[in-house]
Amino acid sequence: MISMETSNLTKETLKKMFSKGKRFDGRDLFEFRDIKIETGVSNKAEGSARVMLGKTDVIVGVKLAPGEPYPDSPNKGNLTVSCDLLPLASPRFEMGPPGFYAIELPRLVDRAIRGSGMIELDKLFIEEGKVWTIFIDIYPMNDDGNLIDASTIGAIIALKNSMIPVLDEKGMIDYDKKPTKNVPLSKTYPFSFTFYKLGDSIIMDPTREEEEACDARITFGISIWNNQYMVNSCQKTGELSFTKEEIAKIMSMLPKKFDELNEKLKKFL
Amino acid sequence: MAKEYKRTDGRKPTELRKITAKVGVIPNADGSAMFAFGDTVAIAAVYGPRLLHPKHMEDPTKCVLRVNYDLLPFSVHDRKKPGPSRRSQEISKVTEWALAPVVDLKSFPNTVIDVQIYIIQADAGTRTAGINAASMALAHAGIPMKNLVSSVAVGKLDKTLVVDLTKEEEDFEEGEGATDCAIARIANTDELTLLQFDGKVQPEVVSELINLSDDACKEIYEAQKKALKEVLK
Repeated sequence: MISMETSNLTKETLKKMFSKGKRFDGRDLFEFRDIKIETGVSNKAEGSARVMLGKTDVIVGVKLAPGEPYPDSPNKGNLTVSCDLLPLASPRFEMGPPGFYAIELPRLVDRAIRGSGMIELDKLFIEEGKVWTIFIDIYPMNDDGNLIDASTIGAIIALKNSMIPVLDEKGMIDYDKKPTKNVPLSKTYPFSFTFYKLGDSIIMDPTREEEEACDARITFGISIWNNQYMVNSCQKTGELSFTKEEIAKIMSMLPKKFDELNEKLKKFL
Repeated sequence: MAKEYKRTDGRKPTELRKITAKVGVIPNADGSAMFAFGDTVAIAAVYGPRLLHPKHMEDPTKCVLRVNYDLLPFSVHDRKKPGPSRRSQEISKVTEWALAPVVDLKSFPNTVIDVQIYIIQADAGTRTAGINAASMALAHAGIPMKNLVSSVAVGKLDKTLVVDLTKEEEDFEEGEGATDCAIARIANTDELTLLQFDGKVQPEVVSELINLSDDACKEIYEAQKKALKEVLK
C-alpha cells in the first residue's frame, strides 16, 4: 500500500465500525459508490474513457502504433498498460520515478485484460515483422480510493470505443483519414474486484481514508468465457494474510458482483 | 469427462518435482539457504537486523523487511538484462508480504532485515522457490519467527489440477489453457500470505486449487525443517 498516513484513532474507529458492518458514508461493506462514465475524453486518442467512482476520477486513453512484435509472438500484436500517478491527483503523489503502486496498478489491469482474452492480439498483425501495439495509459485525476477497479473499468470501456488508425503507402499512420475498423475484441471483457482487509473485516470500493487504514488487499480479474465465470487474475498485496474461508467467501460473491457492475455499465460495453 | 492432462515428465498431478533444500550456503550472510524444485534453483541470503540506510526509511515502530528478488542473467534462455525489472520489483514486494506475517519485526525498531534472493536456474516456480529459501534463511539467521512460510505453485492445465508446474506446463495452451497460481502459507495453518495467479479458473474451482497446496506445503515444510536441523549437526 502507498504510505499510510491515517491516524491510529481513525483506524481503530474504522475497525470497530467494519466489524459491525458499518461505514462512515453509510454504505454496506461490499457496496460500490455511484459510477459515472464518459467516453471520448480526447479526440486525439484512438479511444478513451473517464470513470467516476464516487470522488475517484480516472481517465484512460488508448493509442495504437505500428511496431515490432515480440520475438516469442511474431504474429501477434502487443499490449502495453501504463499508469502515471500525477501530483495533480492527490497530495500523496509526488514527482519522480514511479513508486511501487504506480508499477503494480497497470500490471493488475494488464493481467485482467490479457487473461480474459478481450483483445484479439492475433488480429493485430500488419505484415511480416510489423504488428500493432496497443498502449493503454491510465491517468487518475482525483484519487479517493479504489483506483485499481476504476482503472480496469476505464480501460475496457476505452478499448470498446477504440478504432485502428489508417496507414498510408509508406506504412505511416495517416491521421487525416477517418478510421473505419474497430480494435479487434472478443465478446468477453474483465472487471477487477479488489477486496480490502482491516482486522477481520473485508470491504470493497474503499474511499482513500478507508484504503489507507486497511492492512492488505486482494484483487481478482473476472470475466465470462464460454458461458462460465472465469477468474483470470489474482494478486494479494500487503502484510496480512487471507484465510482459505475468506477466499471461499469472496469467490461465492464474485459472480454476483460481476453481474451487478455489468448491468450498470452495459450500454458502454 | 474431459481428457486428463498427461504430464510430460511422468509426474502424478499432485506430485512435486524433486526438492533440494540446504541451509548455510553463503558463509558471509547471517543466514542463508538454497531451495530447488527440480530445475528451478533459488538461493537466499539474510543480513540483519542491521542499521538502515537511508535513514529516512527507518520505522520507529518496527524493523523494515526489505526483499530483493531477481533472476541471474544466465538463468533463462534469453539473457535477462541485469538490474531490477518491473517483474522482479513486483516479486520482491509480494515476497516481502509473504514473509512479513511470521517475522517478529516489532522487536527490532529502526533497523532493516535484508533478504536477497537470486535465481540461478529457472524452470517456473521461481518466486515460490525463492520464498521457501528466504524463509529458511531467516530462521537460519536466528531471527525470531512464529513459524516458517512454505510456498508452492499450483495450477490448472485445461481442466486438470496439478502442483508445481514446469515452464513447459506454464506455456500449455489447449482448452482452458494454463493457470499458474503461486501460494504461500504460514506452515500448518490455513493462512495464505501469498496468492497470485493468471489464467482461467471458475470461481468455485479457486478453493479446490488452494486446497491442492495443503499436502504440497506440508511436504515442503518437512524438507525445510530437515535442512534447518541438518545445519546443527
